[in-house]
Amino acid sequence: MQLLSPLLAMALTLLCGLGIFAGLGLPPGRAFHALFIEPVSGMNGLSELLLIASPLCLIALGLAIGYRANVWNIGAEGQMYLGGICATGVAIHWQGHAGAWTLWAMLVAGAAGGALWASVTAYLRARLHANEILVSLMLTYVADQLVKYLVYGPWQDPQANKFPMTVEFGDDALLPLLQSFGWEIFDGTRVNASVFIVLAAIPAAWLFIGRSFAGFRLDVSGQAPAAARYAGFPQTGAIWLGMLIGGAAAGLAGAAELAGPIGRLNDRWTPGFGFTAIIVAALGRLHPLGIALAALLMALLYLGGEAGQIALQLPKAISQVFQGMLLMFLLGCDVLVRHRLQWRAAPEIAAGAAA
Amino acid sequence: MNFRRKLLVAAAVLGIAVTAHAADPLKVGFVYIGPVGDGGWTFAHDAGRKAVEKKFGPKVQTTYVENVPENADAERVIRDLAAKGHSVIFTTSFGYMDSTLKVAKSFPKVQFYHATGFKSSPNTHIYNSRMYEPAYLAGIVAGHVSKNGVLGFVASFPIPEVVRNINAFTMGARAVNPKITTKVVWVNTWYDPSKERQAAESLIGAGADVLLQNTDSSAVLQTAQDKGVHAFGWDSDMTAYAPKAHLASAIEVWGGYYAKVVDAALAGKPLKGTVWGGMKEGMNDFVSLSAELPEAAQKMVGEKRAAIVSGKWSVFTGPILAADGSVKVPAGKALTDKEIDSIDWYSEGVEGKVPGK
Amino acid sequence: MIALEPLFASAIGAAVPLLFASLGELVAERAGVLNLGVEGMMLVGALAAFATVASGGGVALAVVAGMATGALAALAFAVLTLTLQASQVAAGLALTIVGAGLSAFLGRGYVGFRAPATFEDLPLPGLSGLPIVGPAFSMNLLGYLAIAMLAATAWMLSSTRWGLVLRTVGESPSVARSLGLNVTRVRYAATLFGGALAGLAGCYCAVAQFKMWQEGLTSGHGWIALALVVFAGWRPARLVLGALLFGGVTALGLTLQAAGVHISPFALSSLPYLATIAVLVLISSDQRALRRNAPAALGKPFFDGD
Repeated sequence: MQLLSPLLAMALTLLCGLGIFAGLGLPPGRAFHALFIEPVSGMNGLSELLLIASPLCLIALGLAIGYRANVWNIGAEGQMYLGGICATGVAIHWQGHAGAWTLWAMLVAGAAGGALWASVTAYLRARLHANEILVSLMLTYVADQLVKYLVYGPWQDPQANKFPMTVEFGDDALLPLLQSFGWEIFDGTRVNASVFIVLAAIPAAWLFIGRSFAGFRLDVSGQAPAAARYAGFPQTGAIWLGMLIGGAAAGLAGAAELAGPIGRLNDRWTPGFGFTAIIVAALGRLHPLGIALAALLMALLYLGGEAGQIALQLPKAISQVFQGMLLMFLLGCDVLVRHRLQWRAAPEIAAGAAA
Repeated sequence: MNFRRKLLVAAAVLGIAVTAHAADPLKVGFVYIGPVGDGGWTFAHDAGRKAVEKKFGPKVQTTYVENVPENADAERVIRDLAAKGHSVIFTTSFGYMDSTLKVAKSFPKVQFYHATGFKSSPNTHIYNSRMYEPAYLAGIVAGHVSKNGVLGFVASFPIPEVVRNINAFTMGARAVNPKITTKVVWVNTWYDPSKERQAAESLIGAGADVLLQNTDSSAVLQTAQDKGVHAFGWDSDMTAYAPKAHLASAIEVWGGYYAKVVDAALAGKPLKGTVWGGMKEGMNDFVSLSAELPEAAQKMVGEKRAAIVSGKWSVFTGPILAADGSVKVPAGKALTDKEIDSIDWYSEGVEGKVPGK
Repeated sequence: MIALEPLFASAIGAAVPLLFASLGELVAERAGVLNLGVEGMMLVGALAAFATVASGGGVALAVVAGMATGALAALAFAVLTLTLQASQVAAGLALTIVGAGLSAFLGRGYVGFRAPATFEDLPLPGLSGLPIVGPAFSMNLLGYLAIAMLAATAWMLSSTRWGLVLRTVGESPSVARSLGLNVTRVRYAATLFGGALAGLAGCYCAVAQFKMWQEGLTSGHGWIALALVVFAGWRPARLVLGALLFGGVTALGLTLQAAGVHISPFALSSLPYLATIAVLVLISSDQRALRRNAPAALGKPFFDGD
């Protein structure tokens, strides 16, 4: 039954897609193949899928824990930036001196940086009652400016011809590629050790949410705040924990992104993972396994957009429409499948009679 | 088989091979940072692509990918293009540098052309347009048109490309009116109509009556018209947006260069090496000069344009003083390309300091 | 010294679309509907309005087109979330994506020229000459409309039965239900209203302010509008403060640059966001009975059978 909803959504999207492609004069079969099959055919495609899905999954897991506690962290993107900044700081200043520890330090610094940025929002919410949606969103823009300031200023690579980028990270500051572990199947691909982090994060999140006392308290905080307070777990605790976990996850993802395919800090290094992760968390119904699947789906949509352009000159805007449509159908079908809609006239109580 | 048959078969095979090869169009890929409809940077590159299609017809097949962010996605897109048989790939933004070089290593037979970069490899070649030349000409026009003696520049990011345009603009204006000054406002974006508009408003409020920009939308030009001052088009011809305020447009022209690259590739001798072209090579232009410009302005623009095109004179010929008064280029000398490519100082007349310096 | 009138005028220019969009979203949220698709609705509304004037339709028709298109987009969202009970957050984000893509694709033929018709400034005699506040009285028609709508909405929410119904639906839909109110219908109306106003904001951008169309014309202001609703504590009056604050601080940063003040432009670019946070904190920490909590049922689906 769980599979029916995505299948239904795909079918509806296919139908609409047929209409769109017919209107554009494109062969529908070819178009669908280009959008959904081609991007993941072959090891290279799969590795790119993982490369995109990993940060999405990681951030969404962290966000979901907060959302379950009614802590609406919208600023994952900014927390990602801070994680990236801290990881870069370690990389630039320690690389070449600390050997194998550099990478570990970077990842820890990344998580810490993201948590630190999130803690600003947590403090303002917990102590000063400022709404965390607004604060975390505004802080994202501030974080963006901070990155720009650093790469145009003190951290600018002197060899970079005055362009906004830091020096390239040395080998000890980069995540090892999977192919370097001797697994030939990954030869020529970019997928790196960050998948291990995510693979560990999924069961960790599941355990936290489903089996730990802290996770339970967060859930109760979200669903019945009065009960939580009565049981001795005040809202402030939930806010701090929810924000910090989300921030740490985002920061870690940011560090992994820089220590991975990018290899240096510049002023436009993320394609909005922090915001896409919100969709992933919602699509995955705030459940770790759902999130993992949703992350893979979003990654596929990403890749499909590019593939569509290359194979068919499908305008990027169309693949955006497609993505949005598929999401909307997924959401719609989800509900249709999980509940049965009953159309019946609601009993009318004369408003006047109540008076 | 007897000898004649063998000959026939060989000829047939050769013939098929030759015609098959000749029938395969050259695949040329373009990687764009923005949408082709931006009326600015990407629009100009796409115009170049279309020119290539027009010139070579069935001999080429072009592919473009738009809105490719300058991060991990870029490498994937470039690699995908290379893997799908494109033998010439143009990556049209600075931030694609690392990705282009990485992919170039894996595909030694493909020729990559990277715009506005500074690192090359045996099969990665740099190309750029000397936009400071039309910026200088714009300065000349501005010098004649400005009544307040204050110019405004809406600048995107403090990179050498933008700083040298600011300097060229100011130098051109000062060649007409040595007392002219330029105010600069940094908007930290290449495209944000709302912010560009507010930047233009702040410059106009501070007294500027001729504006130039390095950003992609026409907001600055439109704001100028709304407030009764003048401005220029940038990247593409923007006359249609604000006919009253528009003085001229500094445009990029990539079609000629792209055609040259494709021509060379088709001939089997791909173009190599860095190409930094200007008005002389037809890689940019200063167009649509308003008919209402004073004759003196039109004459001076014509003279300087001829000097540039003839190759006898370069915009950054000394004497050039920095804003702090120090001599950056003594009389009789000119800045080298490398120096132009790493400018981080304002020339005399530009107010303020380059951010971060 | 810095001239205050141009600064204020610049702030107003940036504030008007924010005001429309956030006002619409505020009404929707007061009814309990969180619509994150504001940016998408603004974009399709902007394109519809621009296409209308470009085809010779005139500005009045453009306003109608913009509002209708925005409402249509909101309708899709409403069906998903109110009838099909899908997650409001995800549906809103999907709407933003669809709106951005659709407007970019359909708008390709409208790039490269100026709007043939626009809204002229209508200065009020006498008042528009006042020092500092003068520019507030020389806005265009849509600017005055924004203020009028703001006042009307504030009055509607606080002093009419409609407003009470809306607020009840947003605070406690089960209570509303038990009173015989059709929660879903009220929410539909509020959502469509939000969409119409977002479309109007887009129309302002395309026809009155920038007089052109391009992908991403609204440059993320839909998100700022969402933030402003939160900033205003879900009360219309404070929206003006937020919108002006945001537009004004942006203009201030740019004006400081033009005046030659040597502060890092990156720091100046951060100012509007930091200022918004600072003011929000100030407002929120006021312990008096200032409304700072979201409508209790915001974002939660309501099942009519409960």
